[in-house]
Amino acid sequence: MESHVVSNIVVAALLAGMAWAAWLARRSDLWRDAARGLRRRRPVALLVVGIYVVVGLADAVSWVGGFGESLGADIVARHKPRSLIDRLFPVDFRERSYSAPLADVEFYGEAPLQHPGAHLLGTDILGRDILHLVLKGARIALLIGGLTSLIVIPLALLFGISAGYFGGRIDDVVFFVMSTLASIPGLLLLIALVMVMGRGPVQVCVAMGVTSWVGFCRVVRGETFKLRELDYVQAARALGTSELRIILRHILPNLMHLVIITFVLLFSGLVLSEAILAWLGIGIDGSWGQMIDQARDELARDPIIWWNLSAASAALFGLILAVNLVGDAVRDVLDPRTLRERP
Amino acid sequence: MLAYVMRRLAYGFLTIQGVLLLLFALFFLYAKPEDVARRAVGEKAPPEVIQQWIVNHGYDRSWYVQLGDHYRRMLTFDFGRSDADDEPIARRLRRGILPSLSFTVPTFALGITLGIALSLFVAYFRETYIDRTGVVLCVLAMSVSVLLYIIGGQFLIGKVLHWFPISGFDPSPQVVLRFIALPILIGVVGGVGSDVRFYRTVFIEETNRDYVRTARAKGCGDGRIMARHVLPNAMIPILTRVVVAIPFLFTGSLLLESFFGIPGLGAVTVEAINGNDFATLRVMVYIGALLFVGFQILTDISYTFVDPRVRLG
Repeated sequence: MESHVVSNIVVAALLAGMAWAAWLARRSDLWRDAARGLRRRRPVALLVVGIYVVVGLADAVSWVGGFGESLGADIVARHKPRSLIDRLFPVDFRERSYSAPLADVEFYGEAPLQHPGAHLLGTDILGRDILHLVLKGARIALLIGGLTSLIVIPLALLFGISAGYFGGRIDDVVFFVMSTLASIPGLLLLIALVMVMGRGPVQVCVAMGVTSWVGFCRVVRGETFKLRELDYVQAARALGTSELRIILRHILPNLMHLVIITFVLLFSGLVLSEAILAWLGIGIDGSWGQMIDQARDELARDPIIWWNLSAASAALFGLILAVNLVGDAVRDVLDPRTLRERP
Repeated sequence: MLAYVMRRLAYGFLTIQGVLLLLFALFFLYAKPEDVARRAVGEKAPPEVIQQWIVNHGYDRSWYVQLGDHYRRMLTFDFGRSDADDEPIARRLRRGILPSLSFTVPTFALGITLGIALSLFVAYFRETYIDRTGVVLCVLAMSVSVLLYIIGGQFLIGKVLHWFPISGFDPSPQVVLRFIALPILIGVVGGVGSDVRFYRTVFIEETNRDYVRTARAKGCGDGRIMARHVLPNAMIPILTRVVVAIPFLFTGSLLLESFFGIPGLGAVTVEAINGNDFATLRVMVYIGALLFVGFQILTDISYTFVDPRVRLG
C-alpha cells in the first residue's frame, strides 16, 4: 500500500480512537471533572495544543489529484499526493533561493520573485516557503511524540505491571533490565541505537522509546505494588477471579491517569531530544530541529538570514511551552501526589 | 555499611555486565560488519579492501570469540583502536578529559549554586507574585531548545557584542577563561530553569513540615528558617539530583563542545558519530555507564553524611 494511504488510515483510526476515548470519558464523573478542571486551568495552552494537533493531522491526510484548483502543466505535481496543508499553497510556490518575508525581490541579486509579497515568512536556501515548512513540521513533532509513546506506554505497562503484581523472579529480571538501561547515559544510548539501526522516522522513534520507558515502568511497578494489596483486589482474588482479569479490570484502570500524565510530560522531552538528534544529522526529515540545524550557518551570513531560524524555533517553542503548561495542569488535576517532580 | 556497599558494588558489577551484553548485541550482532566497514573505508571501496578492514578489526571472528574479546577489553580498560582512523581510543580519552573538565566543572558548580540560591529565593516568597513569576520564567526557560540557547548565545554575545570569541580553545591558564566563559554561561542558563523548578518543589514541600512551624513559633526569622532548617532537611533530594549529574562532567557535553570547538570527550563522541566510529562510541557509552553506576553508590553513601537517620544496611 502506498504510504499516503497508510497515513490516511492512521489519521482516521486516531480520530476514531479520540472520539471513543472522549465518549468513554464523558460517562465517568472522575474524567469529566478532570477535563473540566483542565479547561479551567489552562484554556489558552489547551487551545494552542489543539491547533498544533489539527495542523499536524491535516498534513497527514493527503491524496493524489486536484481539488478544484488548477495544477497547471506540472506533470509531477499531478501524480504526487498532496496533503490538506500542501493544498493551502499554490502548486509552484517556490523561488530560486532566499527571499525575505513579504519581499518582492530575491534576497541576493534582487531579481523579481515568482510570487512577490506572498511568502509571509520568507523562503529558505532552496526557495521553499518557510510558513509551509513550519506547518508541515507539526506532523513530524506529533509523530515523534505519538509513535514513541505507542512504544513506551505498552512496554512500561507490560513490564511494570508484571513486575509489581507477580513480584519474585519476574520482578528481579525486570528490575535488572531497568537498572541496566537506566545506568547508560540517555543521550549516548539514544545515539548508539539510532546509529546502529540506521536513520528514519520509525528507527528514531523506536530508539527514543527504548531509552525512555524505564522511568515510567518504575512508576507503574511501584503503583501496582500498592494496588495489589488494596482491599478490592484482595476481595476479587478471594472470589476466585483469574489473575488476568484482576489485572485488566482492577489494576489497569487505576493506572490510566498515570498513563495520561506520562504521555503529556514525555512529549515535550521527546520533541526536544529529536532536535538534538537532528543536529547530529540523525533526526527525522522535515522536523523543526532539522530546520534549526540547517539555519545555523545563516546567522553567519551578511546580511543575516534570520527568518528561517526564528520561524522554526518559534514553532518548536510554542508547542513545547503549551505542552509543558498542559502537562503540569494534567498532573495537578489527575494526581496531586504520586508523580511529583523527582529525579 | 561496609556490607551494604559491598552488596551495591556486586549489583553494580552485574549491571555493568548487562550494559556490556547490550552493547555487544547492538554493535556486534545487530550491526552488520560489512556496513560498518563500508562506512569506515568508503561506499565505493572494492570488496577486498572491505574484507581486509573486517579482518583487521577482528569483525570476522565467530561471535563467541568476539564476545570474550569484548568483555576482556572493556573490563581491563584496553579499548583497542578506533574504527575510523586506527588511533588508540585510550589516547583520545586522555587527551579529551582535561578540556572537558575545564568547562563542565565550573558549569556544574555555578549551576548548582545559582539553582539552589534562586529556588530558596522563590520558595522564601512562596505564594506571592515573585514566586509565580519565577515559576513562569522556569517553564519558559525549559521550553527553549538547547540548540537555540547555543546558536542565540553565539550570535548575540559572540558576533554582535564581541565579548567572547565565538568558538575555539586554548588550554593555557591565562586565556582559557576567554574561551570557556560563553559555554559556561550557556550551560548554566540552559539548565537553571528545570533546576530551580525542581528545588523549589523540594523546598516548598519542606516548608510545610511541622518543625518549620515550631521554629517560627519560637521566633526564628524566615531567612534563618530557610538557611538553617529547610536547606539541610532538603539535602537528600538535592544530593540525588546533584551526585548523579557528576558522570556527565567526565563525558562532557556533546552540544557545547562541538559548537564551541572545545576538544573534549563530548567532541570525541560527536566525531565518532559523524565518522561512524562504532568502537569509540561503544567505549564512550561504557564509560558513561560505569561512572553512573559508581556515582549512584556514592549518592547512597552521601545520604549518611547529610541525614543521621539514614542507616545503610
